[in-house]
Amino acid sequence: MIDPTPPASPATAGTARRSGSPSVSVALAGSGGSGVMTAGTMLLDAAARAGLYGLMVRSSGPQIRGGEAAALLRLARKPMDALDDSFDLLLAMDWQNVNRFADEIPLSAGSVVIGDADEGAAPEVFSRSGATCVALPLKKMAKAIPGCWVNMLALGLAGGLAGLPLEALESALRASWKRAEAGLLANLAALRRGFDEAAAHPAMTGMARLDAGAAATGKRWLISGNEAAGYGALRGGVRFVAAYPITPATELLEWMAPALTQVGGSLLQAEDELASINMIIGASYGGVPSLTATAGPGLALMTEAIGLAVSAEVPIVVVDVMRGGPSTGIPAKSEQSDLSFAVSGLHGDAPRLVLAPNCIADCLATTQWAVHLAEALQAPAIVLSDQFMGQSRAIIDRPADAGYSAGRLTVAPDTPDYKRYRDTASGISPMAIPGTPGVAYTADGLEHSEAGIPSSQAHDHRLQLDKRERKLVLYDYGPRWADIEGDGDAAVITFGSVTGTVREAVARAAARGHPVRLVSLRLLAPALPERMDEALRGVKRVLVVEQNHGAQLFRYLRAMFDLPGRPASFHRPGPLPLRPAELADAIVEWQGANTTERQTA
Amino acid sequence: MNDVATPPAVRVAADYKSATKPIWCPGCGDFTVLSSITKALAIVQVAPHQVAVVSGIGCSSRIPAYTTCYGFHGVHGRALAAGTGLKVARPDMTVLVTGGDGDGYSIGGNHFMHACRRNVDLTYIVMDNHVYGMTKGQASPTTEPDWDNKLSPGGTGIRSFHPLVIALAAGASFVARASSGDPNGTAEIIAKGIRHPGFAFIEILSPCVTFRPEQREWKTRVHPASVEPTDDPARAARRIMTDDGFNTGVLYAGERKAYAARHGQALRAVADFEAEFEL
Repeated sequence: MIDPTPPASPATAGTARRSGSPSVSVALAGSGGSGVMTAGTMLLDAAARAGLYGLMVRSSGPQIRGGEAAALLRLARKPMDALDDSFDLLLAMDWQNVNRFADEIPLSAGSVVIGDADEGAAPEVFSRSGATCVALPLKKMAKAIPGCWVNMLALGLAGGLAGLPLEALESALRASWKRAEAGLLANLAALRRGFDEAAAHPAMTGMARLDAGAAATGKRWLISGNEAAGYGALRGGVRFVAAYPITPATELLEWMAPALTQVGGSLLQAEDELASINMIIGASYGGVPSLTATAGPGLALMTEAIGLAVSAEVPIVVVDVMRGGPSTGIPAKSEQSDLSFAVSGLHGDAPRLVLAPNCIADCLATTQWAVHLAEALQAPAIVLSDQFMGQSRAIIDRPADAGYSAGRLTVAPDTPDYKRYRDTASGISPMAIPGTPGVAYTADGLEHSEAGIPSSQAHDHRLQLDKRERKLVLYDYGPRWADIEGDGDAAVITFGSVTGTVREAVARAAARGHPVRLVSLRLLAPALPERMDEALRGVKRVLVVEQNHGAQLFRYLRAMFDLPGRPASFHRPGPLPLRPAELADAIVEWQGANTTERQTA
Repeated sequence: MNDVATPPAVRVAADYKSATKPIWCPGCGDFTVLSSITKALAIVQVAPHQVAVVSGIGCSSRIPAYTTCYGFHGVHGRALAAGTGLKVARPDMTVLVTGGDGDGYSIGGNHFMHACRRNVDLTYIVMDNHVYGMTKGQASPTTEPDWDNKLSPGGTGIRSFHPLVIALAAGASFVARASSGDPNGTAEIIAKGIRHPGFAFIEILSPCVTFRPEQREWKTRVHPASVEPTDDPARAARRIMTDDGFNTGVLYAGERKAYAARHGQALRAVADFEAEFEL
């Protein structure tokens, strides 16, 4: 996934990448209703049809209708997990509130900015980058083609500039067209008009274009992280979901609702998150693998009951699609700031599983694995996705089925001397599924004896605490617990959606003579100190990278592991994504500082 | 509900009673409610392992472990949610949800309202003693406004909540009042509730002799409803709002369709969903 040759620095990118670029980044922006999301979606679809890979991140203001919107794309010949340092093209349908995206749409001297000539000049926040600013009479050009939409003209323009073939763009438009034929013809004409303009306009020919290369051969998917997590849950065996709508997790639920009914399951919209978490605990107690999806505020409401799932040993999966926090925070934008809460936010000593997918494709396998682990270990599993992965769409290689399914240790009917919470060597004790004769028991959130009778005795408490901890710690999680890549005597440790960016940065740092190992943790809790020791063998120092203000992963790792050297932290809150170039610089600087330190020592 | 066809042997109330000794105070109304529940299950003749008793937190919420049925003793106020999840995922089970007035009407009030309107086939039994017993005597939503207690000296000054009216307004399809002073009559009402295809709400006056000793008098005040249950919510509402609060029996039994999850046959293989994403 990493291009071995680092792109030139932003200042020279314009000239250096003109001939053919490993990836091209396009931002389509405008006020709500201008059709930029539609155009962006079709641009990604066209890239897929042209045998490319790519990623589209959605960004919008808080308004339901109207407001401002931006489709942020990166197209390439390899799968892309992260946005680039800057955008090669910003195409704005209007400038009304597009300046609000200035931070999210960084430009460089090599970028091209296109705006409508009738909307005035590009705002200074964009033009000061030194980008080539072009004013085109977009709306007038569209008006000359009766019945067409200006966003389809923009699609042709952006697609042409990015180096996509016209046939792929036309094919994407035809495939999505659900109206009368006349409208299609008008919009195809608009698309071609935009495409031709891309080739004809001298000021824009300097923009980076995708390099020539072979089309992808194997099967590819177009999927969002939320859909991937939903499908992973289905593959894992989830057949009951209860949930309360919340941004940015709702699409996961909306994908699962019809899908569940088709596989013999069901989804129930609860009155609140307190209900949804207790509903899935009730359903899972009944033997049906169950899941809920939420975001930070919902997870906060669910914590008491997650502790119940710990104590009563009921398997459940909670997908937290993280957004900016605390409180209502920034609902539609990404941040990795629920980590501390997920790993430690329950009262009492409450061992739980916390997992994090590290790219859109991985949302599938990691959610599937979470279902498997929760069921095998009779424990709650929290899956930390985030808005960046959840709401972005990517063209990915078809992921192989990881094969994980729900398999719960159950007890046979009429087993003599059955004790639900028996103290076993593994810590896992057979569960009686309601309806099974002769082994009825009461599941309890009160501390209990092995038989499940409430108990406040020290002996029972200690025994059950040990058992619940032991079952998570003794389990063999296999190699999936972390992605460990590269070598070197320094390591960068990260998790979740920033992994793609970190991977690019690590490659760039290596090309600059600073190779480092990359450790992306997929299993965050329980902590596996021996596995971490293995992963860091030969490593003298670590840098921890994450997207939150409080350096939550850094603090957690320092508490749970004996990290070598003096650990360093690179952390920044959302909603701005981390960029590969700044991170590569940080790695080089960190490595350089350590070299100096060693020399002076 | 799921009446089991011709059980191998006739089950008696004792078959549903576990050996676990209740933690309740001597004289607590909940002893007789437990007995009424076991009697009701014997009337219905459902096998104990086909029944789940789900509760939250409070004195009365201890009931699941005192039965031989499957039990779920969860967190405070969320019994209806847990019971709803269980019943929707496992429609073959008979699910009773039990608890007290604090658990059901205060911390769990939102779930009570939505359980009534959702009309999942559950039997919800509330042992109402107008007090928080387990935390030693504070006012609940059904406590009289002038009841003096340590947390609210001189009383809360807040009018009490009328659970039956709320249930009816929220759409419960079966509303009944019973009394722990009449174990057999209560067993009959619970059995009707279990057989009712939808959400059956049964409020049982069950005295707390420790913190509300004056409630011992309740048994002399309760009386069976003088008229048959109605299926007209307006008539039921008028009756419930104007009666003396000690009128026992099924006060409303409607015929609204019970919640049915859309699940059923697995019509599609999980692998087939790949096609949605494939290019």
